[in-house]
Amino acid sequence: MNLLRIAAAAAVLALATPSVAVAAEADMKFPAQSWSFNGPFGTFDRASAQRGFQVYQEVCAVCHAVKQARYRNLDGLGLTAKEIEALAAAVTIGDIGDDGQPMERPGQPSDRFRSPFPNERAARAANNGAYPPDLSVMVKARAGGADQLYALLIGYDQAPADMKIGDGMNYNKYYAGHQIAMVAPLNDGQVDYADGTRASVEQMARDVTTFFAYIAEPEMEVRKRLGVKVVLFLIFMTGITYAVKRRVWADVH
Amino acid sequence: MAESAAAPHVAPQTGGAEVTKRDFLKLVAASGAAVGAGSIVWPMVDSMNPAADVLALSSTTVDLAPVTAGQAITVMWRGKPVFVRHRTAEEIAKARADDKGRLPDPATDATRVKTGKDQWLIVVGVCTHLGCIPLGNRSTEVRGEYGGWFCPCHGSHYDTSGRIRLGPAPTNLPVPPYAFEGDTNIKIG
Amino acid sequence: MAGLHKSDIPNPVLNWIDSRLPIFTMLQKEYGVFPTPRNFNYLWNFGALNMVNLVIMIATGIFLAMNYTPHATMAFDSVERIMRDVNYGWLLRYVHANGASMFFIVVYIHILRSLYYGSYKNPRELLWILGVVIFLLMMATAFMGYVLPWGQMSFWGATVITNLFSAFPIVGESIVTWLWGGYSVDNATLNRFFSLHYLLPFVLVGVVFLHIAALHITGSNNPLGIDVKGPQDTLPFHPYYTMKDSVGICVYLLVFAVLVFFAPNFLGHADNYIPANPLVTPAHIVPEWYFLPFYAILRSVPDKLGGVLLMFGAIAVLAVLPWLDTSPVRSARFRPVYRILFWVLVVAGVVLGIAGGKPAEGVWVWISRVATAYYFLHFLVILPILGKFERPLPLPESISRAVLGAGGGGPIPGGAAAKPMEKA
Repeated sequence: MNLLRIAAAAAVLALATPSVAVAAEADMKFPAQSWSFNGPFGTFDRASAQRGFQVYQEVCAVCHAVKQARYRNLDGLGLTAKEIEALAAAVTIGDIGDDGQPMERPGQPSDRFRSPFPNERAARAANNGAYPPDLSVMVKARAGGADQLYALLIGYDQAPADMKIGDGMNYNKYYAGHQIAMVAPLNDGQVDYADGTRASVEQMARDVTTFFAYIAEPEMEVRKRLGVKVVLFLIFMTGITYAVKRRVWADVH
Repeated sequence: MAESAAAPHVAPQTGGAEVTKRDFLKLVAASGAAVGAGSIVWPMVDSMNPAADVLALSSTTVDLAPVTAGQAITVMWRGKPVFVRHRTAEEIAKARADDKGRLPDPATDATRVKTGKDQWLIVVGVCTHLGCIPLGNRSTEVRGEYGGWFCPCHGSHYDTSGRIRLGPAPTNLPVPPYAFEGDTNIKIG
Repeated sequence: MAGLHKSDIPNPVLNWIDSRLPIFTMLQKEYGVFPTPRNFNYLWNFGALNMVNLVIMIATGIFLAMNYTPHATMAFDSVERIMRDVNYGWLLRYVHANGASMFFIVVYIHILRSLYYGSYKNPRELLWILGVVIFLLMMATAFMGYVLPWGQMSFWGATVITNLFSAFPIVGESIVTWLWGGYSVDNATLNRFFSLHYLLPFVLVGVVFLHIAALHITGSNNPLGIDVKGPQDTLPFHPYYTMKDSVGICVYLLVFAVLVFFAPNFLGHADNYIPANPLVTPAHIVPEWYFLPFYAILRSVPDKLGGVLLMFGAIAVLAVLPWLDTSPVRSARFRPVYRILFWVLVVAGVVLGIAGGKPAEGVWVWISRVATAYYFLHFLVILPILGKFERPLPLPESISRAVLGAGGGGPIPGGAAAKPMEKA
């Protein structure tokens, strides 16, 4: 009987892994990174995520929307309400005025992150037909997760001699097909970090990945904390119910 | 353990100390199950409480500059209308005069406005009787016997301080929490 | 008094209710004292686990539906709003999504238990068929539910599977247009899938009720596969099996919790976090893991209609299983050949599952075909023949004799060994 359960569990795991690995990048391996948010007790490195937000605003936000996030969501990164208000107010958001016509106004914490383009077609038109995807859940939308996002950002390189790179495309070691429309977004020293950290490409890639990991899963820390409590409680309950079961069955066994 | 042939099995009773030990274990198990059940129910119940986006839209800013004396506007706040009335000196005087009068819900006018800004009366425009929206904000609308607002549903009359004077409504029009940001801007909520 | 049920419930309020609608008497009879074989192993927990899972899915589903918007332009965003803004919305969503996987894990083990111990055999054929109906309803519900978040896999999975119906000659295309409510999977399809996804679980509850009613007529099977001879072979359901089921529920919740809290997207597909795009097809369209074996069977036939028929045939073959298996012995414990072949079938099922997740190319095409052929061979050829030629091990006299040894059970009238499955 126990053998059956073990076999069943093994069957489940065997079934599960293939469907996860069959993304377009099935044969691509992304170097495993150590992230502060990995593991059952992981948390987001606040300082890194705040630097990542700066990278996002100065680099990514030029082309990419992150419409599922709102400025008030930055409270999870340790920013105060006042800081968030100031931050939002520094951004201009399109809206409809009292006269019914489109206008622009300073942002509010309840606004979604400002999108650089009003819709997908405008985004494609401005980028040679390629659509810079929304990054809100990008870390969850790729099988390799944060490792994959990081790998992509540092994966730009000289194309091998025998490969023909298409017009307007760029070689990237970690993109399916190795040709990506996005130009290498990060360059050494591109961002002047507010906390003085040196902005190497690897540093910015790491910080912006941490930021996007947070944006994709803002509930992660709460989820893992609650999970520890729930699992411990259930282990306790399993023990207790098993003890009661043994007592109830004592006269039968 | 031999059983009599056709007797159905019954869980045996034992007495004394063993009952206590078994009962304690059962008590712990039962309380654990209750805690478990409660902690499963709570997230479902709490998911029906206002969500973060609803809570975030809980304040509105209003520009008062375009509202001249004698005029009133209606703004939306938390899904309800809020009357913002720029009162004339007469209206303020009338409200003050009635401070000591027979009021169903006694309140002085001064407590319903901000000091130094008593020309601005800001009240939630929902009748405290059964929730209709009183008339009187627009100059074309009837304002009732006390010059404030009149609720057409069941005939409640409110005065120039938004206090209930006549009719079935039990309490005055509520004043929402608000603060001035500069001379001509208020933030409600 | 005329027309009242004679109730034995001591509490006066409950007695008043019970004499007018004997719910408590029924609960006492069906779940209190109900004679249950005393030799169940933990594999018999899985029916109750299925019920718990169904309740969890309905409860989380109802609360999710309070915040979900079934419109193509808003569905994806409404799910993100649930994850981010609704209090405990992330928990409701992850419990519901992983609960679907848990439901299939539990149901597959439940089915495998029945296959191993012959629970589908006379007199439990209708019980088994009702189970197959429940399985079909689960599959339909899960398929439609997966479309609702309107991700890339939602959209393209729906497109592929609804397109299958065009394989039927003459009426195929019309059926597909009718299913879609348009010329492709679009808002009309999403809306009706939401309506039906909300409905089917309650139909499922009804069929579960019938399933348990049928079970209570025949009584449960047991690991020895021999009939209950008398009260010495059974225990009252409460407290013995209420407690044992409670242990099972705790372990099940533990596995569930580890998934939900620490690996909530492990069993899912990353592509479903990309909003649906009718102009971009994902590189590999795959259904959720629990459909992979059927997906493999579908793709193993080069002909479209053939694939569809074979895929549904795989479930139809289960429905007629009680008449395919000719062995008079129920439990595989006493069937030395079947016992091995059972595991071969399990391996074939796992292989089909793995193959279903691979692109339909190269060696995997042949592996799917071999495994599919073996699946049908097992049910249509091996089982009917095996039953006639297999020499079963001697069955014990009775359950209590087997459980308690020589002293237990009392005298059994008649011959030494218990007769295999008596015909009704």
